[in-house]
Amino acid sequence: MTAAALAAPAPPRRRSSLSRNRRWALITSYVFLVLFAIFFLVPPYYMIVTSLKTDAEVAHMATNPWIIADGVTFDQFKLLFTDTDFLIYFKNTAIVTLCVVAITMVVSVLAAFSLGRMKFWGSSVLAAGIFLTYLVPDTLLFIPLFQIVRSLGLLNSYWGMVLVYPTLTVPFCTWIMIGYFQSIPKELDEAALIDGAGHMQMLLKIFIPVALPGIIAATIFAFTVSWAAFVYPLAFLYSSDQQVLTVGTVQSLIRADVYKWGMLMAGALVAAAPPLVIYAFLMDYYIAGLTAGATKG
Amino acid sequence: MADVALRSVVKRFDDVEAVRAIDLDIPNNEFVVLVGPSGCGKSTTLRMIAGLEEVTEGEIYIDGERVNDLPPKDRDIAMVFQNYALYPHMTAFENMSFGLRLRKVAKAEIRQRVEHAARILDITDLLERRPKALSGGQRQRVAMGRAIVRNPKVFLFDEPLSNLDAKLRVQMRTEIKRVHQKVKTTTVYVTHDQVEAMTLADRVVVMNNGRIEQVGAPQELYHHPTTRFVAGFIGSPAMNFIPCRLEQNGTGLRVRVSDTIALPVPPTHASRCRSVAGRDLILGLRPEHLTEPRRGERDDGAAFDITLDVVEPLGMETMVFFNVNGNEICGRVDPASARGPGESMRLAANVEHMHLIDPATDAVL
Repeated sequence: MTAAALAAPAPPRRRSSLSRNRRWALITSYVFLVLFAIFFLVPPYYMIVTSLKTDAEVAHMATNPWIIADGVTFDQFKLLFTDTDFLIYFKNTAIVTLCVVAITMVVSVLAAFSLGRMKFWGSSVLAAGIFLTYLVPDTLLFIPLFQIVRSLGLLNSYWGMVLVYPTLTVPFCTWIMIGYFQSIPKELDEAALIDGAGHMQMLLKIFIPVALPGIIAATIFAFTVSWAAFVYPLAFLYSSDQQVLTVGTVQSLIRADVYKWGMLMAGALVAAAPPLVIYAFLMDYYIAGLTAGATKG
Repeated sequence: MADVALRSVVKRFDDVEAVRAIDLDIPNNEFVVLVGPSGCGKSTTLRMIAGLEEVTEGEIYIDGERVNDLPPKDRDIAMVFQNYALYPHMTAFENMSFGLRLRKVAKAEIRQRVEHAARILDITDLLERRPKALSGGQRQRVAMGRAIVRNPKVFLFDEPLSNLDAKLRVQMRTEIKRVHQKVKTTTVYVTHDQVEAMTLADRVVVMNNGRIEQVGAPQELYHHPTTRFVAGFIGSPAMNFIPCRLEQNGTGLRVRVSDTIALPVPPTHASRCRSVAGRDLILGLRPEHLTEPRRGERDDGAAFDITLDVVEPLGMETMVFFNVNGNEICGRVDPASARGPGESMRLAANVEHMHLIDPATDAVL
C-alpha cells in the first residue's frame, strides 16, 4: 500500500443548504420546462404528421393518428399549391403584412418620439388616449369600420386591410416605443442638441439606434398581428383573389362539414413558417426589448 | 475663445424662482466654478448659458452676442454632463466626431482633430471602443474629448466628477486642470464640492438660494468671505460659528465667548468693529486657526483651557472637538500635542484670522 492510500480519506464534505436549494430549484425548473415544452410542441407535431399522410390514412379511423403508417407523402403540399388559391392568399398576406409593418413602424416611432420626448401641451393625455384605443376589441370595431372601408371603396380589397390593421398595431407599438424612448436618459438628447442635431437627426441617429431592441419588439408584434388577423378579413374580404391566409385557408379547405385535414395542416404549417423564421432571427432582440426599462442597465 | 456675460438673469419654473437676477462677467479663457448646495440654481444657470433652459428674464451674452434666443447648436459651446451622456451605440471615435460630422467637417480634418484631442486626454488606444467597454474615468475622458474636438467658444461642465469614486475624482480633477492649461478656453464648471471649486477655479462663484453670494479667487473667498454662508461653505472642516459679545477692553475690543473665555480683537479689525461694540455677534474661526499655543510665543490673551469631547486623529493632524456654552467647536492641533477625550488642553486662537458676523444681516464685518 502506498502512503497516499494509507492517508485517511477526506471527510465527506457536507452539502451546504445553498447548493441543495439550488439543485432543487434546477430540478423543479427542468420538470416544468419539459412539461411545457411537451404541451406546446404536441400541436405542431400533430400538424406535421397529419400533413405528411395520405387522405386515406387520415380518414382511416383504425390507424394510430400519432405516427405515419402508410409512408410519407408530400401530396398534400402539392395539392395545396396547385389545386387551391393558397399561393394567392400567401402573396396577399405578405403584401398586407409588409405594408402594415412599414406604416406602423413609421407612425408609431414618430408618434412615440414626439409624445415621449418633446413635451407639449396635452402630450401625456394623448399618450394615455392612444393606449386606451388599443383596449377596444376588433370584434367591436369591425362594424363601424365596415362603413368607413365601404365608403372608401376598399371593400373586398386587401388594400382595405392595409388601412384597418394599423388600428390594431399602431396604439400598442406606440405605447411600447414611448416606454422605450422614456428610458433613454434626457442628457443624451441634450448632448445631441449641443452637438448640433435637430429633432429629426436626433431621432434617426440617436434614438432609433439606441432603441433598436424596442423597435424590433414592436416590429414583431405588428408582424404577428397582421399575419394572424382574422376578424377584419372575414368581414371585409369575400373574393378569393383578395383573400388572406387565415380566412382563405379555412374557407377553401373546409366545405360545409368536409374538412380537408391533410391540406389544412399543410397550409397551417406553411403559413406558420414566416413568423417562425422572424422569431428565430429576432428573438434575442425581442426578449431584450421586452425586459428593457424593467431594470436599470 | 470668448467672454460670457450674464445680465440680471432670472429663471422661474412655474412659481419657483430658481435663479434670482444674477449678474456675472466671465472674461476670455477664465475658468469659473459655480459652487453651492443643491438647489442653489448653479446647474440652472449653466443650462441657461448652454441654451437647454430658456431665460425668463435678463440677458446672456457670449462673445458680445446676445444668445437668449439662439438654440444650443448655434451658441458654439460644448458641455460635459454628470453621467457622461455618451451615445451608447457609437465608438469613442464616433462619439467624439458626432458634432463635427453633423457640421459636415471634412473627414481628414475630423480624424486629425479627434486624434489631437485623444492625445491630450491619453485615450488614443480607446477610440474604437464603445462606452460600455470603458471605465468611468475613461468615459469621462471621452466626454471631455467630445467637447474638445468641437473647439468651442465656451466649455460647460455640469458636475462632471460626481459619478466617480473618490480616488478617480481627485485624478480627473488634476486632469481637467491640465487640459484647461493646454486648451485655453473660457470654462464654466458647476459643482457642489467646494474642494473641487477651490482647486480648479481661477474664480469661484458661490451661489445660494438662486443668488450669487460672493465672487472671488479661491484664496480671497477663504480669507475674506463677505457673508456667513460663504464663510461656512468654503473650507473643510467648516468654520466654527460661536455666539459672542463684543466688549470694550480699555482702549481695545475683545469678544467674550463665555465667562472664562474672551479673545482680544486685533487692531486691524478693531477699527471696523468699534461701531458695534456691546452687541451680540457671531465669531467665525476656522479649525486651523484654533490650535495649540506655539512654544516660546508670549501669551497675547488668546489662549484658553478646554476639556476635549472627541479626538479624531487624521495622521498629519488631529481634530479636537470641545464644547463652549453648548456650541460644539472644532480645533486642529499637532498630533504630538493632542490629548485624549475627557482631558483638558490649552488652545490658542489665531485672532488675526477671526471673522465677526452680524447675526441680523449675516454679513461679515
